[in-house]
Amino acid sequence: MNIETIVWLIPLPPLIAFFLIILITNRRKRASHIIAISAAVISWFLSMLVYWFASRVDHLGEHPIVSSIPWIPTGDGWLFIGVQIDPLSAVTLFFVAWTVLMIFIYSVGYHNFGQPKGDQDRPGLPPHGATVSDVQGHKHLVPSIEPLYSRFFAFIGLFAFGMYFLVVSNNLLTLFIGWEIMGFCSYILIGFWYAKLTARAAMIKAFLTTRVGDVFMLLGIAYLYSETGTLYYRDILYNPEVLQELGTTPSGFLGFSVAGLIGLLIFIGAVGKSAQWPLHVWLPDAMEGPTPVSAMIHAATMVSAGVYLTLRIFPLLAAGMEHGHPTQTMNIIAFIGTFTAIFAATIAIAQKDIKRVLAYSTISQLGFMFAAIGIGAYIAAVFHLVMHAFFKALLFLGSGSVIHGMEHGVYHTGDHIDPQDMFNMGGLRKRMPVTFITFLIGGLALAGFPLVTAGFWSKDEIFADAFGHNHWLVFITLALAALLTAYYTMRQITLTFLGESRTDAAKHASESIWTMTLPLIMLAVFAVALGWAGIPEDFPLFGNIIPNYVHEFAGETLLEESKPVNFNFIPLVTSIFVSLGGLGIGWLVYRSIKSGAVDPAKKALGTIFVVLENKYYFDELYDFLFVKPAYWVAENFSYKWMDRKVIDGAIHWVASTSLVIGTFLRNFFDVPVVNGFGDWVGESTKKLGTVFRSIQTGRIQQYMILALVTVAVFTALLYYLLIIGR
Amino acid sequence: MGAEVRKTMIPISWFLIFAAALFSIGLFGVLSRKNAILILMGIELMLNAVNINLIAFWRYRDSLDISGQAFAVMVFAVAAAEVAVGLAIFISVYRRRGTISADEIDLLKW
Repeated sequence: MNIETIVWLIPLPPLIAFFLIILITNRRKRASHIIAISAAVISWFLSMLVYWFASRVDHLGEHPIVSSIPWIPTGDGWLFIGVQIDPLSAVTLFFVAWTVLMIFIYSVGYHNFGQPKGDQDRPGLPPHGATVSDVQGHKHLVPSIEPLYSRFFAFIGLFAFGMYFLVVSNNLLTLFIGWEIMGFCSYILIGFWYAKLTARAAMIKAFLTTRVGDVFMLLGIAYLYSETGTLYYRDILYNPEVLQELGTTPSGFLGFSVAGLIGLLIFIGAVGKSAQWPLHVWLPDAMEGPTPVSAMIHAATMVSAGVYLTLRIFPLLAAGMEHGHPTQTMNIIAFIGTFTAIFAATIAIAQKDIKRVLAYSTISQLGFMFAAIGIGAYIAAVFHLVMHAFFKALLFLGSGSVIHGMEHGVYHTGDHIDPQDMFNMGGLRKRMPVTFITFLIGGLALAGFPLVTAGFWSKDEIFADAFGHNHWLVFITLALAALLTAYYTMRQITLTFLGESRTDAAKHASESIWTMTLPLIMLAVFAVALGWAGIPEDFPLFGNIIPNYVHEFAGETLLEESKPVNFNFIPLVTSIFVSLGGLGIGWLVYRSIKSGAVDPAKKALGTIFVVLENKYYFDELYDFLFVKPAYWVAENFSYKWMDRKVIDGAIHWVASTSLVIGTFLRNFFDVPVVNGFGDWVGESTKKLGTVFRSIQTGRIQQYMILALVTVAVFTALLYYLLIIGR
Repeated sequence: MGAEVRKTMIPISWFLIFAAALFSIGLFGVLSRKNAILILMGIELMLNAVNINLIAFWRYRDSLDISGQAFAVMVFAVAAAEVAVGLAIFISVYRRRGTISADEIDLLKW
């Protein structure tokens, strides 16, 4: 059993779990989650093994762990598929394994395993509580177990397979396969509660929006294949000649080089998958799915896949780079990333739903990563990707815990309020302490609280790179976005946990069970400590204590040695300032919101606030531009005209013409000729018979006369023939 | 060579013509009489005519050969038997049909 075999085995356990659950244990909830979590543990363990092994290999970037098998025969050779572990996939594998495992464990508690079945619970609807009576006969409403419990674990298992498969693959084709599997699972899991109309709409929106991106990505992959004849990372991305060739050949499209155009097309796929502007509209709606889904798919793994892909094809993006100036494609990526970062951050400050804030936060942070890639800060992007996965998953799981706590309060008090609306919360720090502390840690990490959170180090890295390479616009915009990030994070924490409870439900919220809080604690540890693996060497005071592991390890993925940026105080100060400043402002504005109060920002910003709350009306715009026309075409063109008039018309015409021809043949051929002939034969036989039977009179003497005549005739004949004729 | 043929015998053709005439008369009777018994009489006449033919040929060719006479006697016997059977049939028919007119017994008519 060598390390390559282990790499092959990593995606397998969740896939097997998927099949086992749907085929065998669908009705047995405990068996299903045991299978799923065991699979996650096995994959986690194998991933850790591989990571530990990979981290000890010298210069992993130059000789990664590779293994291929022949798959499809093509022409004169075989199409090989295989696995590759280089530093980028190793670190991705690390965070994917941890977050997947934590979320699997969390899901057991989230879906209320061990609770009774609900009173009116139906498959496809979220559970609404079961009435139990205690010893004295008092009835309480308690959380009830999710009816489709096993299906959930089956699909997150399939999803985990897709993500692992994407991460370990060594070529763009199998990456695409993993990509699409995750897209499908995302569709299914967003619409997990399919009986809700909003969930159904959201699932279709997610799938179709990412599909738009996927079309361009496939075009890019096809273009790459046609230009180079291969899709292997080793053959393209590690091959300076190929890169040089692709980077300098013009593609004929708006002055992009071939590599630039390919990179752009593939990047558009990432735009869809990672919900960047303009394909960002699906992610907030995807919050219709259960919170573990939001955490895993829409925070830690699937949306990270877009960043992973862009990091993977970074050599293509940078091909043809001259003297450190970013290429055209990189500029576009930087623009989209930066724009999305600020765009989503502005929307996030006006949202009421706890999960919506986090959704826009994810979009914004991914924008940070793309901005980093766009300005060439590869390692900073990798660093932020890994950190973000941990603290965003932590935040989402924390929000799920909050929602559960609020629902408990709702059941307890019978108060019919939205448990996800932050303005109904407040004071939960006293009711849900573990959730509070871990959420606080995650929130501070997101805001980039100095020194003790992972988010600080990774964001600082991006700022340093932007500043150090003189990308002023990017630097300033990202700094603003970071300010807003800290602001809305503190707004979220203050509204949810601090202050006093604004509703009865919040007063009676309770802490979640260990299967939910344990993952929170584990992820919180990472959110604090993991950042220390990437402290720059020349950072004052803390610089040389731990070597800059991230820089050394992740940096090896690239062909060229990238030098870390020289330390400069300005980005550091900016980063500390926006972080603490944003946190401070958020706290000040929201610390004394009373129940029933209006958002103070609304008074301050007026119409701007309404625009932000309505997400700049992009949904309405897309509805007008794309969705309604599509429906119109489907209804009027495809259905009414094509299907009913043209296709059905043709069929009806064929039918009626056949009828006419048939009737004609029947009346002019079948009846007169064929029937006539048959009848004529019968009739003439009868007539002949009638004629002939007149001979039979029954009178002997006539028979005898006949005999006599015959004899005479024959005699004459014979006489003539034999005697005269001789 | 049988017994001598006497020079002064009448030519054989007289017998043959006579027999032919008798035959024709008998045939005519069979074909035209309605009464079944008269038809039988016609048949008898035809048989007798045949007999005359046979005897004439016997006498004029080899009168010593007994087979000619035997033949004629056979014919007589058959004629007699046939009349007996015929009359029996007529009686049966009469009892059934009430008539023995050849015109009216036409069961074989279509």
